[in-house]
Amino acid sequence: MGRETARARKVLASLEPKWVWERGETLVRVVLFLAAAFAVLVTLAIFLALIFDAVAFFEVVNPIDFYTGTVWSPDIREVFGVLPLLAGTLIIAGGACLIGIPLGLSAAIYLREYAPARVREVVKPVLEVLAGIPTIVYGLFALLAVAPLLRVWFGASFFNGANAIIVIGILIIPLVSSLSEDALTAVPVDLRDGALALGATKLEATTRVLLPAALSGVGSSFILAFSRAVGETMIVLIVAGQNTDLTFNIFGQMTTLAGWAAKRTTGDVAVGETVYLALFAVGFTLFVVTLLLNLASDALRARFREAYE
Amino acid sequence: MSVGEEQTSIQRGSRRGRIGGTMIAIILVTVIAVSGVAAYYLFIPRAGPDLVRIDGSSTVFPITSSWAEEFNNANRQVTVAFSGTGGGFAKFCRGETDMNDASRPIKQSELDLCTQNGITGITEFLVAYDGLSIVVNKDNTWVQNLTVSQLCRIWTSNTSAGACGGAGGRVTAWNQLDASWPAQSIELYGPGTDSGTFDYFVEAILGNVKAEHTDQYLASEDDNQLVQGVASNAYTLGYFGYAYAVENTATIRIVPIDNEDGRGAIMPTHDTIRDGSYKPLGRPLFIYASAASLARQIVQDFLRFGYTTRGMQLVDATGYVSLIDAEIQAQLVKIP
Repeated sequence: MGRETARARKVLASLEPKWVWERGETLVRVVLFLAAAFAVLVTLAIFLALIFDAVAFFEVVNPIDFYTGTVWSPDIREVFGVLPLLAGTLIIAGGACLIGIPLGLSAAIYLREYAPARVREVVKPVLEVLAGIPTIVYGLFALLAVAPLLRVWFGASFFNGANAIIVIGILIIPLVSSLSEDALTAVPVDLRDGALALGATKLEATTRVLLPAALSGVGSSFILAFSRAVGETMIVLIVAGQNTDLTFNIFGQMTTLAGWAAKRTTGDVAVGETVYLALFAVGFTLFVVTLLLNLASDALRARFREAYE
Repeated sequence: MSVGEEQTSIQRGSRRGRIGGTMIAIILVTVIAVSGVAAYYLFIPRAGPDLVRIDGSSTVFPITSSWAEEFNNANRQVTVAFSGTGGGFAKFCRGETDMNDASRPIKQSELDLCTQNGITGITEFLVAYDGLSIVVNKDNTWVQNLTVSQLCRIWTSNTSAGACGGAGGRVTAWNQLDASWPAQSIELYGPGTDSGTFDYFVEAILGNVKAEHTDQYLASEDDNQLVQGVASNAYTLGYFGYAYAVENTATIRIVPIDNEDGRGAIMPTHDTIRDGSYKPLGRPLFIYASAASLARQIVQDFLRFGYTTRGMQLVDATGYVSLIDAEIQAQLVKIP
């Protein structure tokens, strides 16, 4: 590979004045490097912006109290125990995954293995459209369509956790289905055909051969979907409510790390107040949770990767 | 040799270009910095005869600041800040401010302090009434009225039996207040802690202890969202400004409040809020001025603007109860 490039370079060099070629090459390399570096720098900057104020917060509030406290009353009693927010986040994101992952994976398997070409041509773009809908639109759908049903069926509060769970579940379907489908596509056709030739049914070939072979990709899509659900803000903000009483009642109001931060940021927060610093501590916690999830996704992909050459 | 010379000229050219770029950058930065500093000094309000300083109650602040916003122009500048009614009077009586916003009448001790410092001729201007309304859903058939101690038990976070003046601790379901009411939890909607309405409610109902206010309610600075929430189902209860409550009686119902002083439950209306019978959730709001400040044309103009139709519209827009014509006339005659 390297030798061929070198040879190609030599040929090109003989065609053009050397300095013009080198300048162009250097320029492109620099521009591309800056583009790549920019993303890394921004991530670093976000982390730094969070960490300074988060550290300032932990000088006021003991981190142990913060991560083990069960009372979140930042404005009224000025008690900062993040567990109710963390629990709300895990309940809503976990519930959303219980809905979104089975549906997303089923859609991926159907599109990959079962769907006739014509159905595929219609369903796949529609799924992609679903991924492009702004989350505020999902939120309005939740308020207007889902909330009244939950009210009638389960006697839920107008603002409630179940509503957010359902709609975020729908939100992550396209994420799961498109990533899982990519993973399934990456499995060589020979493997599946082999299984079918040995007498396996389509279902057996899918569950026993295809899915295990695509496990790393499919699993990492699950984690990414969970991470997406953890960070979802707008839907939680407008449909889930604000209660922080550490409840597991999904038909009552609850909120998440992201939901609280978004709500509080739109209020009147004076710089340097404990509440102001708490925003950064919550943001930092959220950042760490999603970072860990993304690392887990990468690790899973690397660990169970089946390389087919 | 000739090739070497060529390269040098290219290098020299590019170096010259680089220096040019640096020079331009330096000039640009300098120009921006200088013009920024100049703009800062040109446009900040300067102390002078055309400046009026108002401080005091954060409850009255929205009124005076909305007046100031429309009143101010290049020649006259009213600046409004808030530090609480008492904190504002302290500044006012030291002569640091020209007028003071107050959500209660001035105290004798504050008058004495003013007199000591030579601030005399203190005049009280009524600007609006603040009436907090308790609202429930239209489909709520059981609540006819609520006492202040029932309100306290609904909104307190205190669970001890001695809370709410001995009336009892926190309730979370309707039947805990009255056994004949539904065994459904009460869904609460109210203003956020940044709001003056929140402070007022804490002061009037929760013994002025902020920490007693529950956290388990949907807080919003947007009254629209509160109305929407209370309207969403039968088991809700909320509180917000009177003006907003009366506008939405299609979906929500205002509850009369019993102050437990033998007068029975009083419904908030323009009249009951004005005459002070809607207690403890109704109160008049004032601006105070001294003789010295009232002698100034700009202060007179500002007050006159406040009492115009437009000024009273702004009062309504902030969610307070504006004055009737007779009251406005009674205020206007105090302006020299």
